[in-house]
Amino acid sequence: MEQIIVNGLYMGAQYALIALGLTLIFSLMNVLNFAHGQLYVIGGFMTYTVSVKLGMPYIVALISAGVSLAIIGAILEKFLFRPVIKKSVREESTMLLAAGVAFFLDAAILLLFGEKQRGIPKIVDGVFNWDFIIIMPYDRILIGCLAVLIVILFIAYMQYSKAGRAMRALAQDKVAAQLMGVNIDRYSMIGFALAAMLAGVVGGLLVSITGVNLGMGGPTSIKAFMMVMIGGAGVIPGAIAGGFILGMMESVGLTVLSDFGDITYLVIFASLMVFLALRPQGLMGKPWG
Amino acid sequence: MMQLRTKFFAAAAFALFLLFVVPMVIEISGRWDFYYTLTSVALLSIASAGVWLTFYIGRINIGQGAFALFGGYASAILVVKYGVSFWVTIPLAGLFCVLVALVIGFPILRLRGVYFAMVTLVMTEVARLTALALPITNGAKGISSIPLPGSISLFGVILVPDFSTLENVKLGFYYVAVVLMLLTFAGMYRLVNSRVGHLCRSLQQNEELASSIGVNIANLRLIAFSISSFLGGIAGAIFVPMLGTLVNYFGWDLLFSAGEYQLLIYSTLLIGLMLTLPNGLLSIFSKAKN
Repeated sequence: MEQIIVNGLYMGAQYALIALGLTLIFSLMNVLNFAHGQLYVIGGFMTYTVSVKLGMPYIVALISAGVSLAIIGAILEKFLFRPVIKKSVREESTMLLAAGVAFFLDAAILLLFGEKQRGIPKIVDGVFNWDFIIIMPYDRILIGCLAVLIVILFIAYMQYSKAGRAMRALAQDKVAAQLMGVNIDRYSMIGFALAAMLAGVVGGLLVSITGVNLGMGGPTSIKAFMMVMIGGAGVIPGAIAGGFILGMMESVGLTVLSDFGDITYLVIFASLMVFLALRPQGLMGKPWG
Repeated sequence: MMQLRTKFFAAAAFALFLLFVVPMVIEISGRWDFYYTLTSVALLSIASAGVWLTFYIGRINIGQGAFALFGGYASAILVVKYGVSFWVTIPLAGLFCVLVALVIGFPILRLRGVYFAMVTLVMTEVARLTALALPITNGAKGISSIPLPGSISLFGVILVPDFSTLENVKLGFYYVAVVLMLLTFAGMYRLVNSRVGHLCRSLQQNEELASSIGVNIANLRLIAFSISSFLGGIAGAIFVPMLGTLVNYFGWDLLFSAGEYQLLIYSTLLIGLMLTLPNGLLSIFSKAKN
């Protein structure tokens, strides 16, 4: 039981980071970023390339993944999403654009990094073993702690920095924020870049444990959507809660339902539907997003 | 009345074009493989007619792949395991999807906006996982050696010949898909211009207002979603014998079976289209009108 909880916390920390980026983009621009999983995959491949191919230390690789993803995110916002949001009359068009970007990134990943599963060597060796109650490799503990640290840094940034305040104001009321002199274009771009960076950093963290491959993008996006739905779209604490809840459910489900094959997600989805029927806006969301 | 007549003639001309001119052109040019593409386009347009109907009631539905998958599996299992005729399984697959849509739709149709979009997307993935997990679908191996559709005869007159005796099977599937597509769009036209269609439009604009003047919005949403799923199901069912084997082929990657550059080109086109015409291809006409 203790083992399940620890596993759930570890997965939840990773998931919360992915969901944070998705919910940030949604709250700022009302865009559902279908390409979020692909950004995560690119982050993983970047880390692999820098640390294994170029032989740099892991932390350098992780930072370079974050920086390059931030640049990709800024470019995506400035040249794709911003013009389309300005011109379009319906919500669906940005969704279609995001789906197009997801396919495009999938193709680009295939061309740049190939279709093979990639991983990097263990960062720290050894396994933490507490009387066979909790068994956890040290590298997982390290990655989990890093993820929690980044979540805390992100919340602090959103809470106390000028950019964070501006983004929260934008999420609350776009027109009022604009009247108060918040530069919408600038902070939307920063927000998108920040979200992409988070996705890239998670990719970089997880590549050291599970590795990364081309097909992970779509399922990751879907998991991120589930977390955002559990917590409520566009709410930052909701995304964190959703991430930890999904991590926990997965951890429990994979242990309890292991005899029945791969039906954990089916059960999670069914319970999610019941939950949404009772509370359509998630745990903390505004009704109708 | 005049306008209605021109519309009718335009539709008839389009049907004739698809049924006679296109096969003739292909016959002359000898590009038989083109039938496969056109059949896929026709089937996808049946499925997207359903998606369009859910858009019409103000819901963004991106879960049609799930219903195509359900329909495909329903038809394949009936044909292979129970020996039902393929033609009978098309409506049965559609009805199965309607049943699923009624069960799933009741809770999720209460959601709106991005919440509905997200839940339908999750549904696609769950449909894929279900198909992999259930024993009846044969898991990742899929169902193989699906026979070609047999003949239909009415009072001894053979309406549709046995597909295995046809010299060109692709042409047969093309005709089936095109006829069904024309029927679907005729039905859609009728539906949109009926009383239910007007009610759907009221739903798109303001659900609360519609319900306050006595429209049963819960029922109407379920009806529209069921019709949408029915169309997804029959499109999926016809895909099955055409491909011969049913592996997990649907869902997101419905279109992208071949070639890494194909995906790149396709997605670039999509992004370019969204950049230049974010309101869809048909917005050219409304621009011209203004």
